[in-house]
Amino acid sequence: MATVELRFSALPEHVRTARLVAAAVARRAGVDEAVLDEVRLAVGEACSRAVGLHVSNGIVAPVRVVLVEDEKKFSIEVGDEVPGGAGERADGAVESGDAEGDDEMGLAVISGLVDDVEVTSGEHGGVIRMSWPTAPAPALP
Amino acid sequence: MDLSLSTRTVGDRTVVEVGGEIDVYTAPKLREQLVELVNDGSYHLVVDMERVDFLDSTGLGVLVGGLKRVRAHEGSLRLVCNQERILKIFRITGLTKVFPIHTSVDDAVSATD
Repeated sequence: MATVELRFSALPEHVRTARLVAAAVARRAGVDEAVLDEVRLAVGEACSRAVGLHVSNGIVAPVRVVLVEDEKKFSIEVGDEVPGGAGERADGAVESGDAEGDDEMGLAVISGLVDDVEVTSGEHGGVIRMSWPTAPAPALP
Repeated sequence: MDLSLSTRTVGDRTVVEVGGEIDVYTAPKLREQLVELVNDGSYHLVVDMERVDFLDSTGLGVLVGGLKRVRAHEGSLRLVCNQERILKIFRITGLTKVFPIHTSVDDAVSATD
C-alpha cells in the first residue's frame, strides 16, 4: 500500500493542483486511462466543496487529500475540517445568486461519476471517500 | 491552463468563445463576462465550449446563472459542444434538458426553436 498525501490552503487556485496530483498518482497506480478524466473531475469536485466549506466557515486549516494505491484499487479521501460537516454550512446560510446549489451539484457530479463513494461527517469534519479499480501493473521488460 | 474568453457578434447573437479550464478558480471570470454581456443588453448568447479542457459543477452553476439572467429578458443561452467528456457532465446532472446543445456555432446562431 502506497500513499501520497496533499494538504493545501483552502484557496480555489490550489484545486487544480490537487486534480493534477490525483490524476498523476492514479495513472501510476494503474487506473484505466479512460477513467482518469473521472478521477480528475471527482477530486476537483470534492476539493472545491471542501474549499467552499472552509471559506464559508472561516476555517484556516488546510484541506487534506489522501491518495492510496492498494493492490486492486485506488482510493482518494478528501477531508474538510468543518465539524458535523459533510456539507452543512455552520451558519445555515444559503448563498444568493449563482453559487446557490453548487454544493449539491458537486455531490451530484461525484455520485454520478463514481460507483464507490462514501460521504461521512464527524465532530472533526467531513470526508468524501472514493475508489476506482486498478489494472495489474504490466511486467517490466 | 487558465481560462480564455473572447466574444463576437453574429447577427443578433453574441458568441462567447471559452477555452481552457472552467473550475472553482476560473468560473468567476466567466460569470463576470456573462453578467457584463447581459447588463450591456446582449440577451441571446451562444457559449462555444469546443476549446474547454475541463468543466466542473462550479462552471455548470455559472452557465445556469447565465441562463437565468438572459431568460429574465426573454433571451436565450445556447451551448456549442462536441466533446464527450464535457457532454457527460451535462448528462449526469440532467442539464442536457435545460440547455440547448449544438454541434456547431453556425447551428446555434441560426437556431430559433
